[in-house]
Amino acid sequence: MRTRILIGLAVAASVAGFGAAALAASADDFKAAYEKAQAADKEAAALKNQWTTTEDELKKAKAAADAGKFDEAVKHAQEAEALAHASVAQAKAEEKLWPDAVIR
Amino acid sequence: MLRTMLIAVAMVAGAAQPLLAADTASDPKAEFKAFREYFTSRFPKVALDDFVNGPYSMDEGLRKQWKAIDEFPPYEFAVDKGKEMFATPFKNGKTYGDCFPNKGIGIRQTYPRFDEKSGQVITLDVALNQCREANGEKPFDYTKDDMAALTAYMAFTSRGKAMDINIPDDPRALAAYTKGKEYFYTRRGQLNFSCASCHVQNPGNRIRTEVLAPALGIMNALPIYRSAWGGMGTTSRRLRTCNSQVRGVPLKAESEEYRNVEYYLSYMANGLPISGPGARP
Repeated sequence: MRTRILIGLAVAASVAGFGAAALAASADDFKAAYEKAQAADKEAAALKNQWTTTEDELKKAKAAADAGKFDEAVKHAQEAEALAHASVAQAKAEEKLWPDAVIR
Repeated sequence: MLRTMLIAVAMVAGAAQPLLAADTASDPKAEFKAFREYFTSRFPKVALDDFVNGPYSMDEGLRKQWKAIDEFPPYEFAVDKGKEMFATPFKNGKTYGDCFPNKGIGIRQTYPRFDEKSGQVITLDVALNQCREANGEKPFDYTKDDMAALTAYMAFTSRGKAMDINIPDDPRALAAYTKGKEYFYTRRGQLNFSCASCHVQNPGNRIRTEVLAPALGIMNALPIYRSAWGGMGTTSRRLRTCNSQVRGVPLKAESEEYRNVEYYLSYMANGLPISGPGARP
């Protein structure tokens, strides 16, 4: 019984380790996520509506990647992309909404 | 991510509001009248000319502090520096005064103006740099002390003069005015604020510790000494700071958008006295 338990624990540890390795982000993952974020931010820039928080997340992503922390880097890049998309959506919505606020 | 989702939800909710008046055509005279009536009706106890004093027109406690501070105005050093700069000849022997009507004295109220040659709005700050470049000098940074000193001096020589902004009969001038209006009312930044969110919808209310100034006459006090900055600030500095405060990336100083919004707001302030340079908390 004791042997079986030890084997079971070893298998579980092995599976967990394999799973963690499979989930760890690579430099390529970061590059892909960062490029997507940059593309969305470029769209916001064209609309002259970038958010400072997007820029902050891009910087954090780059810094994490430079330190070899690719999981963290991808997370920041994805956050930057989401923020950039929100800023683009805001700019496009406001193109129609701003006249509602004008004093008449 | 949750924060982003919340913002997206808030924006969708905002976008779902009915479009009640989606026309963007401009009628400056009618809008001027409506703008003025909005503020005078909302703040019937504030004298019309007092709106140019920003938060001090809204809050009695602040007004007392301002009166005390103004016994030794914190912008005085900038006025003195600007006066000296104004009188000092360029390398070619000419001065700033040679670039402006009436030698540049008492003319701040006529800026910004629409330049029919370039089709652009020219602010006083831009005109000063154009003057420098025309005389072989390098332009000043639009956000720094040299520009603040020059404009402080020119505002000081114009105190009490009524804002006098014209929109010439030129479709490009009307377009610039309309773009300025659009910029003023457009929400931006992660906090989803427009200029109007603070200065039309909430003047007199506090945002953190600051009492918000009314949009009416808000340009008349510029440039300003801000205690929060510990120094002088130009119009560009003020506008860029507003953008940052709502978590928007500021535009380039004296960008077309900033010049146009200054044009719009200055037109709305026509007839109100120049009070700059101002002092603000």
